[in-house]
Amino acid sequence: MKTLLHSSALLAFCFALSSTSVSAAEVGKIKVSTGAVYIERAAQRLPAPVGAEVLASDTIVTGENGSAGITFIDNSRLSIGPNSVLAIDRLNFDQTTHDGAFDTSLKRGTLSVISGKIAKRSPDAMTVRTPSMILGVRGTEFVVRAGE
Amino acid sequence: MRVLLSAVIVMLTACATPDVAVLLPGADGKTGAVAVKQKGAEALLDSPYAFAQSRLSGHPRTGHSNASEVQRSFGAALASMPPAPVSFTVYFLSGSDEFTDESKVEVEKLLAEMARRPAPEITVIGHTDRVGTQRMNDDLSLQRAERVRELLAKSGIDAGKITVSARGEREPLIPTADDVPEPRNRRVEVNVR
Repeated sequence: MKTLLHSSALLAFCFALSSTSVSAAEVGKIKVSTGAVYIERAAQRLPAPVGAEVLASDTIVTGENGSAGITFIDNSRLSIGPNSVLAIDRLNFDQTTHDGAFDTSLKRGTLSVISGKIAKRSPDAMTVRTPSMILGVRGTEFVVRAGE
Repeated sequence: MRVLLSAVIVMLTACATPDVAVLLPGADGKTGAVAVKQKGAEALLDSPYAFAQSRLSGHPRTGHSNASEVQRSFGAALASMPPAPVSFTVYFLSGSDEFTDESKVEVEKLLAEMARRPAPEITVIGHTDRVGTQRMNDDLSLQRAERVRELLAKSGIDAGKITVSARGEREPLIPTADDVPEPRNRRVEVNVR
């Protein structure tokens, strides 16, 4: 019985490991970072200087005088203004076929978007959520503010 | 009475800062489209500065904004937009990893662009025309791509940020029959993000 418990705990551990490694793929890079900018990853708050990797499932946070710009692997570009919280909910992208899905949530603040190859390939493949709306991105440039 | 009052206050605060989406004209002069959904209602933004604003009723309010309003509300976000990814193509002499004379200018442009970009990420893809065997062309296309990578590395770019691949004669810019020389296919594409 003890061995069984042991092995199932090990199995659960392996599952946890494998799921982290799947979600840990780099999907973008911080290209602009002004003032206070952080990446929230798992339960950690990391600094986000120019060149920092952005992973699927990261949340980008700016302070009162912070702003940040990110270029993603499908060439889409997102930038946020002060006091903003942007969650990367999902990004899959096939470099060869350009199929993929890109979902983000603006939980607070302001966001500017120039969509990339994912939205170009399929009009329903990119979405931006705000607290009360869902935007289906057909292309290309737009801005969003999350109300409070 | 007190309950009513606080309900009104809650409604007013909710109204004070609704969610807003504004479609912008693209840099290429074309304007795209964004479908905005709030609960059951949907609005399509498809003209410059068209906006949708969330409402308590669940039906978004739509209308048109303008450049100065957008600048006022979104200026900081817009100012932090990273530069657009760009592509360069460098052409080579037949059967060799020597650049053509015209391409030397393009290489200079590429190096200048790299120096200007924050945290540049580079993809280098080598190609050949269809003269020679596929095997030879696989080697030659890699040799051409490596040549460009070395050049970038020499100019101070961290080699770890450069991804190199080679496609041989498989992805011609100009499709030709086998063994046909085609200068436009003897190239290396460099994508800079």
